[in-house]
Amino acid sequence: MSLLAIKDLQVHFRVDGTTVEAVRGVSLTIEKGETVALVGESGSGKSVTALSILQLLPYPRAHHPSGSIRFNGEEIIGASRSRLQEIRGGRISMVFQEPMTSLNPLHTIEQQISETLLLHRGHDHARARARTLELLRLVRLPEAESRLNAWPHQLSGGQRQRVMIAMALANQPDLLIADEPTTAVDVTIQAQILKLIKELQAELGMAVLLITHDLTIVRRVADRVYVMTDGRLVEDGTVKRVFESPRHPYTQKLLAAEPKGPPPLSDPGAPIVAAADQLKVWFPIRRGLLRRTVGYIKAVDGVDVSLRAGHTVGVVGESGSGKTTLGLALLRLISSRGPIRFQDRPIETLRGAELRPLRRHMQIVFQDPFSSLSPRLSIFQIVEEGLRVHGPGGGRGERRQIVAEALAEVGIDPAAMDRYPHEFSGGQRQRVAIARALVLKPRLVVLDEPTSALDMTVQAQIVDLLRDLQRRHGLAYLFISHDLRVVRALANDVIVLKDGHVVEAGPAAELFEHPQSDYTKALMAAAFEIKAVETGAVST
Amino acid sequence: MAAPDAPVQAEEAQPLRARAVPPEERHRWHGIPVTRLTLRRLQNFHRNRRGVISLWLFLALFLTTLPAEFIANDRPLLVRYDGAFYVPVLVSYPETTFGGVFETEASFRDPFVAELIEDKGWMIWPLVPFSYPTIVDNLEVPAPAPPSAQNWLGTDDQARDVLARLIYGFRISVLFGLILTAISSVVGVAAGAVQGYFGGLTDLLFQRFIEIWSGLPMLYLLIILASIVEPNFWWLLGLMLLFSWMGLVGVVRAEFLRARNFEFVRAARALGVGDLQIMVRHVLPNAMVSTLTFLPFILTGSVTVLTSLDFLGFGLPPGSPSLGELLNQGKNNLQAPWLGFTGFFVLAVMLSLLVFIGEAVRDAFDPRKISA
Repeated sequence: MSLLAIKDLQVHFRVDGTTVEAVRGVSLTIEKGETVALVGESGSGKSVTALSILQLLPYPRAHHPSGSIRFNGEEIIGASRSRLQEIRGGRISMVFQEPMTSLNPLHTIEQQISETLLLHRGHDHARARARTLELLRLVRLPEAESRLNAWPHQLSGGQRQRVMIAMALANQPDLLIADEPTTAVDVTIQAQILKLIKELQAELGMAVLLITHDLTIVRRVADRVYVMTDGRLVEDGTVKRVFESPRHPYTQKLLAAEPKGPPPLSDPGAPIVAAADQLKVWFPIRRGLLRRTVGYIKAVDGVDVSLRAGHTVGVVGESGSGKTTLGLALLRLISSRGPIRFQDRPIETLRGAELRPLRRHMQIVFQDPFSSLSPRLSIFQIVEEGLRVHGPGGGRGERRQIVAEALAEVGIDPAAMDRYPHEFSGGQRQRVAIARALVLKPRLVVLDEPTSALDMTVQAQIVDLLRDLQRRHGLAYLFISHDLRVVRALANDVIVLKDGHVVEAGPAAELFEHPQSDYTKALMAAAFEIKAVETGAVST
Repeated sequence: MAAPDAPVQAEEAQPLRARAVPPEERHRWHGIPVTRLTLRRLQNFHRNRRGVISLWLFLALFLTTLPAEFIANDRPLLVRYDGAFYVPVLVSYPETTFGGVFETEASFRDPFVAELIEDKGWMIWPLVPFSYPTIVDNLEVPAPAPPSAQNWLGTDDQARDVLARLIYGFRISVLFGLILTAISSVVGVAAGAVQGYFGGLTDLLFQRFIEIWSGLPMLYLLIILASIVEPNFWWLLGLMLLFSWMGLVGVVRAEFLRARNFEFVRAARALGVGDLQIMVRHVLPNAMVSTLTFLPFILTGSVTVLTSLDFLGFGLPPGSPSLGELLNQGKNNLQAPWLGFTGFFVLAVMLSLLVFIGEAVRDAFDPRKISA
């Protein structure tokens, strides 16, 4: 008998009187002690499948027209409330994606973990405390004892995810469901967390259902894999078999979707569009009654960068290393020190109104296409905005023509331009954000993690689009990313940042072949092989 | 688990050639051209049955009381006298016009004048033949008189018709509430927007100012004002405005503080869009939902504020028709329960209707709300 057997599961949602079929007949099994990965892109129904195992969907808006979920032979669909509560957190635990919001900010670490011990096990406080400490040691949280009374905000993202895992393990579940457990953390931390899950599984002998969109993780961690798209399973098998000889066209497409190919060659004689010497962004730390400045947080500390037309500089580093700050400072969106030159003109002293005419030549594309487009404006209004400010587009009809061309260039049907952002998928929104940046025909575009929030296949398309646009318009890119796979596909030069300092910089090909510093090596090991490096070069 | 994205176009599509620009989408709602978003809001509002019914009821009440002079008046709507037409509701005529004695304005309720007119013509009276200060002089019992065929809701202790006073009082309350809400919302939103958007020192100073300002005792100011001028509708409105705008500042400020770091606001800044434009086009629409959440309560609050001032005797000048004064009379004349009951029911119905409408509007504007 399998530990978990799902048969022909369907999940429907009633939205506004219509029915949305999120899962259309999924059957899968998980044996004791094995790691099974459920892979699919956003909207494929993988999270909904996972949530229905614990019956955590918004019933009765969600319902199951058919299907059965058997856990240790016991039917879960239609089980009583009290039985479900025993299973949740007791026999089956779940780790969620976002460690920043999954912990209650008003509870200490000890309270968070001991809650389930007090609830499910009936432990008294002394025993719960001992067990909590044991769990924190189990998930390798450093200085576990002193962390018992820490609040979530005092821990880093990786540490919080460890606490989440400790909470999930508190009652020694038979099955751990990990829903994108590493999507929100750095690559280096991702490697550490996955290593931890793998080790814990071996120690405790539990089964793991790993839900992810990242195939590299699957290859590294899972025994068997199910591939899901559009609410259906299209392929399953051992990881080795699926990765070596994928049968279904969708799996093949997914495997082929990694951003590939070298960056477009750049002309070393091309004019320099923007350059900064010893750029510094220091945030003062103020203390005391008189708010005296007692020190500085050096977000960016002495970075040289120079961007030529048709040339891409990649900026890589962990979160908090100052990548985004560097990009914002270069565009004069935050104040900084050190000379910045844009098209042979010093711009570091220009004020708001003097800077405005230059803005049309420098643009930025943000990471999250869901928050970078105003939900209350139509696509046309969003793209049109720059034209209204910088006024090249005469009348309304003319502006609509220009917007239509910009949208067509990024692969969005201009006929859809009166729709609102929520009607578009993530990839389409990111295309709209790119169109907004490009409609003014800029010389420099800062790309702040433009692909991180997107699915794999979409990432590859956006990378292709960016390359294509660069070739056509001779754009200079500052490409900020923590994903070295994407950087390798786009950047001519790479700057590696750590704590605001440049650790290593140079031509991309050389840097990827022969990384010099331990930090760069650790980043690359984490990104390309999902290996945690024990040197202490990266954060925990 | 959001509703799936409408597949506007397949994700794999290659860059398209610029096709013909589509004509702008125009939607119509009962023949009025509106944008798609507005149409959705109107439809959402329409789906809330309680809100729609409340709106119609309220509009019916408001529109009937708006021309109060034509509904309840002590002058006839139309007089036919000696072959000529007279409109006393609009024009005042001396008694001599109708063959009377005095040069003063004709009192049409006077049996003597009525008889003069009936002799040579006729009169059309409004539905309620009393105005708010009219003293009913043919009462059979001492005032306050209970409801009768002549005075449908009885009279108050000064022998004035309650229904007539109610019609005028309702109008004044609603107008006061609407005007006060509209102006204080505009001022409050603007103040909150400036504080939240610019933050820093602007915010700090403005916040301290509001703290001090909100500490001023409004009631004392009213009492002081009453000893200098006679407080009328506009004086009261102005004085209320001085303080009522602060209600919304906190909410709007918080929304702006949150929204000014949104990526689409940053994107607009990177495009070189000016501050005012960003505030109005990008931040304000997102702050509107929480602002609208408060509006129904501000509106009912404004209505109640005038009522309570009148109840206390610091409101409109003596003799003015007002719901607060009616309640006060109810309190003073417990032997005449129609006074208190009338005041209570009118206030309860009006405030409930306003809250129901406000709720429906708020839900219609909420993008996350899925109406069942």
